[in-house]
Amino acid sequence: MASIIDISGLTKRYASGFEALKGVDLSIEEGEIFALLGPNGAGKTTMISIICGIARPTGGTVQVAGHDIGRDYRGARSAIGLVPQELSTDQFERVIDTVTFSRGLFGKPRNDAYVEKILRDLSLWDKRHAKILELSGGMKRRVMIAKALSHEPRVLFLDEPTAGVDVELRRDMWKLIGELRQTGVTIILTTHYIEEAEEMADRVGVINRGELMLVEEKTALMKKLGKKTLTIVLVDPIAALPPELSDWDLSLHAEGQEIEYVFDAQAERTGVSSLLRRLGDLGLGYKDLNTRQSSLEDIFVSLVHQEKAA
Amino acid sequence: MSIQNLRAIAAIYKFELHRFRRTLLTGLLVPVITTSLYFVVFGGAIGSRMNEIDGIPYAAFIVPGLIMMSMFTESIFNASFGIYMPKFTGTIYELLSAPVSAAETIIAYVGAAATKSLIVGGIIFLTAHLFVDIQVMHPLAMVAFMILIAVSFCLFGFILGIWAQSFEQLQVIPLLLIMPMTFLGGAFYSVHMLAEPWRTITLFNPIVYLISGFRWTFFGKGDVGIEFSLIFVAGMLALCLGIIGWMFRSGYRLKK
Repeated sequence: MASIIDISGLTKRYASGFEALKGVDLSIEEGEIFALLGPNGAGKTTMISIICGIARPTGGTVQVAGHDIGRDYRGARSAIGLVPQELSTDQFERVIDTVTFSRGLFGKPRNDAYVEKILRDLSLWDKRHAKILELSGGMKRRVMIAKALSHEPRVLFLDEPTAGVDVELRRDMWKLIGELRQTGVTIILTTHYIEEAEEMADRVGVINRGELMLVEEKTALMKKLGKKTLTIVLVDPIAALPPELSDWDLSLHAEGQEIEYVFDAQAERTGVSSLLRRLGDLGLGYKDLNTRQSSLEDIFVSLVHQEKAA
Repeated sequence: MSIQNLRAIAAIYKFELHRFRRTLLTGLLVPVITTSLYFVVFGGAIGSRMNEIDGIPYAAFIVPGLIMMSMFTESIFNASFGIYMPKFTGTIYELLSAPVSAAETIIAYVGAAATKSLIVGGIIFLTAHLFVDIQVMHPLAMVAFMILIAVSFCLFGFILGIWAQSFEQLQVIPLLLIMPMTFLGGAFYSVHMLAEPWRTITLFNPIVYLISGFRWTFFGKGDVGIEFSLIFVAGMLALCLGIIGWMFRSGYRLKK
């Protein structure tokens, strides 16, 4: 697949001396949903701001649809729709006017049919004559998405699209993003809800302290870094783990009723069968077994922890 | 200078005029009422006891000054608000991320603000006709001068709007600097009426040259020669354009 965004050696140092980005290289493929994960202050928004023209890079280059964001900012920006994190709208404007305005701002000829289609797709058509200040927070977010889509961009940036949004609305948003993808729009979203990336993304990038720590296909990532947890529910609770079990990485839970064993599911020898044999030797009876694949969240937390420890 | 995205200019211009339309009543009534009040007080009550100035009846003499005074403040407030509000509400993100050049942005915002201030200037001119007989000696020059003043002060207001980081900063320059300079700049009197050293000191006030120039278009004479007035307007335009150019190049208070 062809890449639509090429970032190379991107750095950003603020006037305060803070280094928000420390040389990021990244390629986004056309048509994919890319999730940029990272804790608060990791550099996600800085990166988006630079690509979209809101902040200036200190070093490095960014190409959007083959246009350099500095030399050919018109070409680059025309290809991008941005939905920022903050709900910033012109409160007194009517929905349809603000969307039409955005289309004009991006230099596109007026197209009422297209604006109507966007508003219908986003369930905003009935509210088209409402002033933005009359809308709920979720509807305002939709208006911002409508504005971003008004000029038919090839890439859509969603910066924390579901921050501060209730669960139901978050589901709606995911559905919407799925539908957008069907239209061929490349979607880049930042989030610190790992659940969100897990639900939607094709690829995941993890950024921390201005560095891109990894970029991987979501499923491959979960397989590669995925650990499994085996929970053994005992018949009779025990006070402490017997020393005979110290070969395994175990922990005791539920007031001595459950033993948890975390193991690498990809390993040649997982140690599960020998553990169960040892339990039998020790006369520890169990009544239930249960394994669980670790989520992207666990992976993420362990990655960020490793970084901190390093 | 790069002007390609005409649709963006049209969109911003329309948006700004729409913003003015929301406050149409106050926006248009206020200049009519203030002008009327000035005429009642200065033209009627005080003016009747004043001598003619340079052969011009006092009530007629103050008309150009009144128009200039309103246009100064209107231009600064409109243009500064136009660019300050998106900064304040955060909607500036859209402008910054759009394929719009600095020149296009300025033409749109300054053009819209100048349009409104020209409308206000025109309304004051018409209102003045209700109170006094005025013959304009150089009508074309008058219109041209109004346009120049509107554009210059809107550029100045635009700078102010980018610079300001609070509503107070937005107000402080027009209220504490431009207003007193206008009152002391010969809006209601001729500089020749002042005794020395005040007359010489007054000549350091750039507003004097602007009001004098505008008065020249009405009566064919001003406190200073029209050529000096034009030099000051040109100088102000050049200075404002220079500052704005630098602001956009450096991203001053617009881009992180």
